[in-house]
Amino acid sequence: MDHAVDVHDAVVLLDRFPALAGLSLKLRAGTVTLVQGPNGAGKTTLLRMLAGLAPLERGRATVLGYDVATEPRLVRASVGLLSPQTMLYDDLTIAENLSFWATLAGHDDVDLMAALERVSMAPFADQQVVTLSTGQRRRAAIAVVAIRRPRLWLLDEPHAGLDQAGRDVVDGLIEDAIAAGATVVVASHELDRVRPLATHVATVAGGIVHRFETVNAGASGA
Amino acid sequence: MREIWALARKDLRIEARSKVVATQIVPFAMVILVLFGLALDADSRTLRDLAPGLFWVATLFASVLAIQRSIAVETISSTFEALRLSGAPAWKLFAGKALAVAIQLLAIEAVLGLGIVVLYRSSFQDPVLIVTAAVAATIAIASAGSLYGVLAVGMGVRDTILPMLLLPIMMPVLVAATRAFGDGLGTAALNGWTWTGLLGLLAVVYATAGALAYAVVIEDT
Amino acid sequence: MSTALSRPHVASTSSKLTLVLGVASLLGLAVLLVFSFVLTDPDQRVFERGADLEPLLTGQGDAVRLLYVHFPVAMVTYIAFTLNAIGSIAVLWKKSTWWDNTAAAAAEVGVLFCGLTLATGSIWGRPIWNTWWKWGDVRLMTTTILFLIFIGYLAYRRTMSDSRVRAKRSAVVGLIGAINIPIVYKSVDWWQNRTLHQQSTLRNRSVEDLTLFTMIFGMVVFMAIFAWLMVHRFRIGWLEHQTETVGLEAAIIERRAQTSAAISDAVTDSRSSAETGSD
Repeated sequence: MDHAVDVHDAVVLLDRFPALAGLSLKLRAGTVTLVQGPNGAGKTTLLRMLAGLAPLERGRATVLGYDVATEPRLVRASVGLLSPQTMLYDDLTIAENLSFWATLAGHDDVDLMAALERVSMAPFADQQVVTLSTGQRRRAAIAVVAIRRPRLWLLDEPHAGLDQAGRDVVDGLIEDAIAAGATVVVASHELDRVRPLATHVATVAGGIVHRFETVNAGASGA
Repeated sequence: MREIWALARKDLRIEARSKVVATQIVPFAMVILVLFGLALDADSRTLRDLAPGLFWVATLFASVLAIQRSIAVETISSTFEALRLSGAPAWKLFAGKALAVAIQLLAIEAVLGLGIVVLYRSSFQDPVLIVTAAVAATIAIASAGSLYGVLAVGMGVRDTILPMLLLPIMMPVLVAATRAFGDGLGTAALNGWTWTGLLGLLAVVYATAGALAYAVVIEDT
Repeated sequence: MSTALSRPHVASTSSKLTLVLGVASLLGLAVLLVFSFVLTDPDQRVFERGADLEPLLTGQGDAVRLLYVHFPVAMVTYIAFTLNAIGSIAVLWKKSTWWDNTAAAAAEVGVLFCGLTLATGSIWGRPIWNTWWKWGDVRLMTTTILFLIFIGYLAYRRTMSDSRVRAKRSAVVGLIGAINIPIVYKSVDWWQNRTLHQQSTLRNRSVEDLTLFTMIFGMVVFMAIFAWLMVHRFRIGWLEHQTETVGLEAAIIERRAQTSAAISDAVTDSRSSAETGSD
């Protein structure tokens, strides 16, 4: 498998609106790609499609060797999507949320406290999500993605709502992911933060990849 | 089984903290019992005779709310998406959600049972039959309800469609459960176990249909 | 007819076939009315009850004429809902737009005929059963629940605009509705264990030739009306599907056109933020 992501002429509809209008994209395994573009360009839909959540109207897409159209469950089980919604249960504590998602993903063995340490949330493990700030929820959400040990990280605006320390946590996790040999796709407006980490930059506009550049080719080997 | 139980326990834990069923749906079910008493303007003899039917109508109405709550738990923070992303098989997700609904419905029914004893002067003449019939009917309602609930997830207008999808389908359950209770409460001379058998069949049919059809929603949209 | 053919690009649900079918249906309906109101006799059957008892008049009188409509309409209802179930299976099996369209059309026409079945049955019941409505009659109850289930089905279809999602989810709802029919029938049967409907009139020795003919003719007429409505309804669905497809092409082109406009902004954006970053 030489490409972690292989998308050809993908059309994805959001209620009849072609959010992706024939997008093509190939990403090699182990790369870090920054997806940039204006609001409404299709960045979020691209990540959702790669996560197996948005059906293809046309075209084909392979993620980690699985066909998005015919094997969505395998795609979903192998990726980690950090979306703008935190996907946490408000009435449960951070630890309960983490252990629930670990069980559903079949990773009962992970060290939950270590995962929380990594995002500096260990002291809040037994607090209900509803009592936490936006930034704290965000960190907890990042921990949920991390415990899945995804082979493809799909990060949608990972820095949004985070303070300086929180942003450093995100950058550290991206570095961890690279070190573990995973592939990372980051959609972000915070180009100055992501660019130093990125090996490639994909500029998305009007539902297609407008430009694809290689930057910083050595970064993945670091 | 781990996933099924984790999912059900998660929903029950959320209920234990938020108490939506305990403070909203159970009282609502009791309100229905009182409303029937007032609307029928009945002496206790009539209410006692009608108790099996009124019990199950109240249960069905309350079940619509319980199922809506079960779905709301997953839509408030988009955790429904996360369930789809979890990679767990659809039938396990269905079983977990339906199990939690079933347990909550049984709790509602227990309170309603007390309600008909106090308000309608019903007496449990065959408790074994009553409990068996209630469990079978509850599995049928929770299964069909959890499936229709997830079919109704999505854009705003869908939320109001749930009762219109669920209640017509639930008519055989209503008939069978009412008959079984008629025997168990001693208000009708018939064999309640035959009807309980039908309830068991319905529970199997809806649980199977739900487990199979959940994938249509979870895996492919 | 020729005008329709000479304007092939005008979207229409009519064609030569539907015109013939429509005219034939309406003529057939007129003929059916003549047969059922004029040519056939009122039902005045007499049953011999043995030598020592008086014969019993059991006929329905003029009310029987309504059955020439009621029975075929009821039959078409069940055919329509069966077609919906077949379409639903095909959708889940093959993801077919054609079958989804068929299932939707069958459900809509089926609900119409189901309503007619209930109405005609109720009107017939007034003189015969001495009531508009009879709780506990197996077929009346089953048909009523079927009516409600498919009203829910049609309402459900309207809540979704994504045609692929709609096809699959509706198929599930339609199928669960269908598997409920025998269950409803059986449970109501047990519920009251009585039916007011006649048990298979056609096999009864006392049905006259003309009555039998009118009954069968009625079935043919209502099958033709059903086919006529189905073709129109199917074509409406098909045209809607075409509009969506054509609209999609246009939308994709329009969407891609945003690229050049948006990109200049994006590039400026990225430059300025990159500059800020390096500062």
